[in-house]
Amino acid sequence: MIEVKGLTKYYGELAAIHDLDFSIDRGEVIGFLGLNGAGKTTALKILGCVLLPTSGDVTVDGIDIARNPHDVRRRIGFLPDTPPLYNDMTVGRYLRFAAELRGVPGSEADKAVGEAEEKTHTREVHDQPIFSLSHGYRQRVGVAQALVHRPKLLILDEPTSGLDPVQIVEMRATIRALRGDHTVLLSSHILSEISQTCDRLLVIQRGEIVAQGSEQDLATKLGGGGTIEVEVAAPSTRAIEVARTVTGIGECTVLSETGGVAVVSLQGSPDLRPKVVRALVQNGIDVLRIDRGAARLESIFLRLTQDAKVEDGRPQ
Amino acid sequence: MSAVTLIARRELGGYFRSMTGYVIAGLVLLIDGLLFNAFVLSAGEMYSADVLSNFFYISFGTTVIASVFISMRLVAEERQTGTLVLLTSSPVHDWEIILGKYLSALAFLAIMTLATVYIPALILVNGKVSVGHLAAGYLGLLLVGATTLAIGVFGSALARTQVLAAIFSGVIVVSVLIAHLLARVTDRPLKDMFMALALYARHFPPFQTGSIHLRDVVYYIVVSYVALFAAVRVMEARRWK
Repeated sequence: MIEVKGLTKYYGELAAIHDLDFSIDRGEVIGFLGLNGAGKTTALKILGCVLLPTSGDVTVDGIDIARNPHDVRRRIGFLPDTPPLYNDMTVGRYLRFAAELRGVPGSEADKAVGEAEEKTHTREVHDQPIFSLSHGYRQRVGVAQALVHRPKLLILDEPTSGLDPVQIVEMRATIRALRGDHTVLLSSHILSEISQTCDRLLVIQRGEIVAQGSEQDLATKLGGGGTIEVEVAAPSTRAIEVARTVTGIGECTVLSETGGVAVVSLQGSPDLRPKVVRALVQNGIDVLRIDRGAARLESIFLRLTQDAKVEDGRPQ
Repeated sequence: MSAVTLIARRELGGYFRSMTGYVIAGLVLLIDGLLFNAFVLSAGEMYSADVLSNFFYISFGTTVIASVFISMRLVAEERQTGTLVLLTSSPVHDWEIILGKYLSALAFLAIMTLATVYIPALILVNGKVSVGHLAAGYLGLLLVGATTLAIGVFGSALARTQVLAAIFSGVIVVSVLIAHLLARVTDRPLKDMFMALALYARHFPPFQTGSIHLRDVVYYIVVSYVALFAAVRVMEARRWK
C-alpha cells in the first residue's frame, strides 16, 4: 500500500526526517511512535501530500506522491494534529463539503456523510454547529472528514491528543473498527494507545526510523526474549528456583511479595508461558496469574529513544 | 460542482454566518453615508454629475480599505486555525484554492458595493443621473475592489496571521496608491512607470466621471492577475517549506 524509500525532509539546515525506509501492507494498522519533535508529523504530512519531500520516493497504491499528488490525495484521508474544522458550519454541511472536495459526486455525498457519521458515531451531532462541539466530538468529526470519501489509506496524526480517558477508549474503538476497510497509519507518543490499537510499530527518533516490527518482535529482539510476569501462591525463592529450570528463562526479579503471594518477573520470551506454568504446577506451586511483562512497551520505547540506534529491531 | 465553486460557496457562506462580514459591510455603508453627507451634500449647490463623481471618489477609498480587511482572513486565518490542511490535502490545485477564495471575496464586495446604490438614488430626488455615468462608476469600483482584493489575497498567502496579512496588503496598496507622487519627483522612464502603476491617479478618475477606457480596465485586470498568480506561487512554495 505504501512504499517509502530514502525519504528526507530538510527545514533549512535541519533534517526533520532523514532517509526513512518502510513499507505498509494493505489493511494494516500501523503505529508511528516517537517523542515530540521526532519527525512524526513531518513524515505524515508528506504521506498526506501536504508537504513535498526534499528527497526520496514515496508511492501510495503504486502512485508516486511527487508526480501524481492528486491521484494520491483521492486515495488518502488525512487528520492533522489539529482537526481542520470550520467552526461556522454544522457537522453535516462540513462533512458534505469535505466529501465533494475529495471528488464524491453531489448525488452520493449525503450517503457518504451518513456512512462516515455512522463509523465515527457523530450522527447525533449532524445538525450541530462545530463551534459548539466538545473536544471529543471535534476529534471524531476530524476522523469523519478523513474517511468521508472512502479512502484506502487513513493517516491520523495524534488522534487521541487532548482527549479524556473515556474519549480515548471510544476513539481507540473507532480506529479499531476501521481495520479491514482501510489501511490506517496513526501517530502518537502515547504508548498504550499504540500498543492497543496497532498491528505493527514504526519507532522514529530524531528523524530516523530506529526500529520497526510488532510489539512482540521488538520485545524479543531488544529485550533478549522479553519478559514474563507470574503471580504465585508460594515463596518467591521457590518459584524462581522452579522457573529457572525452564530452558530460555534468564534473570528473575521479585516485583512484590505479601501474604504468601509473590509476583516475579522472568526474563524470557512470552512464548515460554505454557512451559513455566507447567513447571510451576508440577512442582506444587499454585499459579494465580501469568502474563507478558508489565510496562513492556514503555521500556522498549525508552531504550529505543535513548540514543541507541537500532536497525530492524536489533541494537547496533 | 467544481472545486473553485465549492470553495467560493463555502467562503461566501462564511461571511454571512460570521459577524465579520456584517461588521465590514455595516461599517462601509455607514462611512460611505457619513462622508457623502459631510463632504458632498453639505458642499452647496453642484451639478448632479459632480455629486455622483464625488460619491465615487469617496467610495474608492472605502472600497480599497474594505478590500484589505475582507481579504486578510482568506488564507492567513485558515493557516492560523489549521483548516487550510483540509484544502491542501484534498485533490485540489493551489490555483483552485486561491481562485475560489478570491471569487467569494469579490462576490461579497460586489454585494456590499451594490448596496450603496441608495446614495446615487438620493441624487435623483433633486437632480438627474446618467445611467452610463452610474454604470461606469460602479464598474470602476468593482475593478478597484477586484485589484485590491487580489493584492490582499497575495498578502494573506504570505502572512502567518491576519494582522500581518493586513499590514502586507496595506503596504502594497499604499505603494501603488502613491505611485503618482513618485512619478512627480522622478524622470523618464521611471516617471512613466510610476504613473502607469498608480492605482487611483491615472486609472480611476475616468470611471469617476463616467468614462470607460480600455487602458484602465486592462490595468486593473493585469494587476489582479499578477497578484493572484503570485499568491498561487506562494501557496506552492509553502509545500516545499
